[in-house]
Amino acid sequence: MRAAFERRRHLLDFAVRSLARRPTRNLGLILVYGLVVFLVGSVMLWGSAVRREASAILAGGPEITAQAMVMGRHDLTVDADVALLKGLRGVRRVEPRLWGYLWDSAGAANYTLMVPSTAATDLAVAKGEAIVGEGVARARRLAPGKMLFLVSPSGRFLKTRVKAVLPAESALVSADLVLVEESDFRAFFELPDGVWTDVALTVANPSEVGTISGKAALKLPHHRFVTRADMSRSAEALFSWREGLTLALLAGALVAFAILAFDRASGLSAEERREIGILKAIGWETGDVIASKLFEGALISLTAFLLGVLAAWVHVFLFSAGLFEPVLKGWATLYPRFPLSPRIDALEIATLGMLTVVPFMAAILVPVWRTASADPDAVMR
Amino acid sequence: MITLEAVTKTFAQGRHDRVDAVRSVDLDVADGRVTVLRGPSGSGKTTLLTLIGCLARPTSGRIRIDGETVSGLPERFLTETRRRTFGFVFQKFNLIRGLSALDNVVLPAFPLGVPSRTLSDRAMRLLDRFGLADRAGLPAEHLSGGEAQRVAIARALINDPAVIIADEPTASLDGDRVAQFLAIAEDLKRSGKTVLITSHDPRITEASLVDALVTMADGRIVEVAG
Amino acid sequence: MIFHPPILALIGASLLSAVVLAGAALFAVRLLRHWDPASGAERQIGLERTTTLVSTVVAFVLVLEAASLVLFAFNADRMAPLFVGAMCAVGSLQASPWGFPALWAKIAVFFAAFVWLAVDRLDGRTRDYALTRTKYVGLLALAPLVFAEGGIELAYFLDLKADTITSCCGKLFGESRPNFGGDLASLDPKLALGLLAAGVAAAVVAGLPAAGSRIAAVALGVLSLAVFGLALAAIVAAIGPYVYEMPHHHCPFCILKREYGHVGFALYLPLFLATGAGLSAGTLALVAGNRAEMVAARRGLSRIAIAGHLVFALAAATLVATSGLKL
Repeated sequence: MRAAFERRRHLLDFAVRSLARRPTRNLGLILVYGLVVFLVGSVMLWGSAVRREASAILAGGPEITAQAMVMGRHDLTVDADVALLKGLRGVRRVEPRLWGYLWDSAGAANYTLMVPSTAATDLAVAKGEAIVGEGVARARRLAPGKMLFLVSPSGRFLKTRVKAVLPAESALVSADLVLVEESDFRAFFELPDGVWTDVALTVANPSEVGTISGKAALKLPHHRFVTRADMSRSAEALFSWREGLTLALLAGALVAFAILAFDRASGLSAEERREIGILKAIGWETGDVIASKLFEGALISLTAFLLGVLAAWVHVFLFSAGLFEPVLKGWATLYPRFPLSPRIDALEIATLGMLTVVPFMAAILVPVWRTASADPDAVMR
Repeated sequence: MITLEAVTKTFAQGRHDRVDAVRSVDLDVADGRVTVLRGPSGSGKTTLLTLIGCLARPTSGRIRIDGETVSGLPERFLTETRRRTFGFVFQKFNLIRGLSALDNVVLPAFPLGVPSRTLSDRAMRLLDRFGLADRAGLPAEHLSGGEAQRVAIARALINDPAVIIADEPTASLDGDRVAQFLAIAEDLKRSGKTVLITSHDPRITEASLVDALVTMADGRIVEVAG
Repeated sequence: MIFHPPILALIGASLLSAVVLAGAALFAVRLLRHWDPASGAERQIGLERTTTLVSTVVAFVLVLEAASLVLFAFNADRMAPLFVGAMCAVGSLQASPWGFPALWAKIAVFFAAFVWLAVDRLDGRTRDYALTRTKYVGLLALAPLVFAEGGIELAYFLDLKADTITSCCGKLFGESRPNFGGDLASLDPKLALGLLAAGVAAAVVAGLPAAGSRIAAVALGVLSLAVFGLALAAIVAAIGPYVYEMPHHHCPFCILKREYGHVGFALYLPLFLATGAGLSAGTLALVAGNRAEMVAARRGLSRIAIAGHLVFALAAATLVATSGLKL
């Protein structure tokens, strides 16, 4: 037992020295390896952080959203429908909402104009005031107290004073948000009273959501009812799909990396071959040489993995995954510039290891065995 | 006692370029004596040495060490036997560059799992015995030819083997170092080791400490003297 | 198909295992035809050399399979939000008829590879390659198992669709359900724990003389498998509810989660180790004799099995004793 332990310690010790004796060769490999871990790790960390963010935001939303439909397209809800919904049993609160999109040619971006919920007292705006998202503030160089001018498609002006800028934490959904008062909103979009964009329903008993949305659909057949669980699932599926697709694209890079590792492990220098021949001749078994070489591989993996994960962590959580924005995000012109809440879990680390360390170790197995089974009498020839 | 019975080693068996390096050799190597294998290059003496030293396996025939047949052992046990029984001094010394003299000496003991402290004490004693105590920390590539050979001998002795095998020990040495090697061989013989040397250097083959002189030609033993 | 990174990693790992085993199986055929340890011919030396490679790569596959088993369970848990009605791994596994078979296949591959490596290790300690042929016949059996596992897992992942309506642990292990899970859950907790304790005791008693007695070692193997089954039943029927402190929460996966301090690992790790070692000791008793190295191998494995069973029993007893729930 003791001897087996000491033997491993000696082999590990020898592996460390072997690495130290060829610093440049191994440094190059570690850099490439670390880069691969960095790429794959960034995609994964970003994906899971965004999914987490999205579900955190949805968690604060209404259980059911009702939208009027005409010919399969979204239409405005009228007061009469809102009244019908209010009559549903089990619904705690019915809140008609006003929101819409605005293409801002000055900022070359799409804004979401919205009337804040009456329940959100901290977001209340008076006539002539606005609260803007972090992305809008950045694009238009706004700060509380400054003026924001908006032009509607029909040429109407809206002049507001910025009351506040939304905190960056919720930027994933609020970056492009402009909150204005109801009469400003209706005047700007030339919307008559008594119509609404959609209706948010709060349900008393969460386990009744399905039943209630079913009942509501019967009562208002020309409305569509979307539950929070539906949205959360489609958000989850959308982000997972993007993340997975990007990883699949990176599979090519992984294969190339495995080939590089295989090539590195096969193409030993004459000096290294001589060394292994000597070790075998003076009494090392094939298994000892394999163990020592795999220790080397494991040390390289550990170093590269730690470096790569650290770099990916910095990239995703301190620099908001700047390199991947276009690929992973791809829907908003105003990309949120916000710190994703840093978290990393064992499942992600394990998956990342499985995607990077496993191909590396697998790629070096055969070359390592081939070198290790060199004839011990080679040194005498 | 090492006994060879009808030992044959064939390379590239079954192909047109096959080489019968050793053909049906019978030989006894006695314990505690100095045996020299001599013969022209290509006579098969180095191949025979690798077979005796368990570095390679005979194609046919039987090799016994102290009664146990080793020729059919799995690699692992063959290596274990080699580690326990033999210490090798190679023609080109074969020290590992970048490692110190001391680190080279301890290498054969790594697979045995001897604790580091015990191991480096043992290695220092051996280096001291060959007058190399002050060279212990020097990288192998900075040693002179004679020093390198003595480090190689110290390495061969680290597991305290019964048999020391030296392949052409004087081929890489200049004149006055040969005497030094012979003195060490004498010393080893006196401490009870079996010494097996291949050489065609008359300063070795005609030295007084040689107990048996085996002459090889074309893969066969043609003469055993002494 | 759901494009989750862990799913890609798992499929990659299975593919790699299958490729490795396919290569090893081809070699096994060659070895069984030409193996002759008495010969010193180059072909024989080449075969002997390659056995080292096969041992190394199968060990690699075992590590990979163990890691992917854990990843598989955790990923199933993580996927739960994608399926209607799923709240933990059970829901994700129920989302396709291939889910649970995939899990069982992974467990089977893990144990089979464990046993194979135990035989391989012992073979490496014999001076006459006593078990080499046996072990390569075994490899020819292991390979299809690994292929099947990869296939079932792939079928499961391909079959998964977001929005699938599934049922979670509350339903699978609902006490009044007329299914196997329901039967397990409705098992009297005291009876389940009693059976488990008896099983562990029997395995330990069989394990003590397993080094010297081949019959005892075979008994240890059989009992280890039985304890594995009893342990899973007891986790569903009793230990789970004790951990959750809820008499109707029977899930065998949720105990692995952070909410419950990952205590499941304290149960599953020793249990899997003990089962693997016990099965290996039993298998060695069947395929190898009573030579010194074979007895030593059985001694080592039966000690691991006994220790694993005891640690598992201790962990289970602690969880039951410290629970706020009284059943």
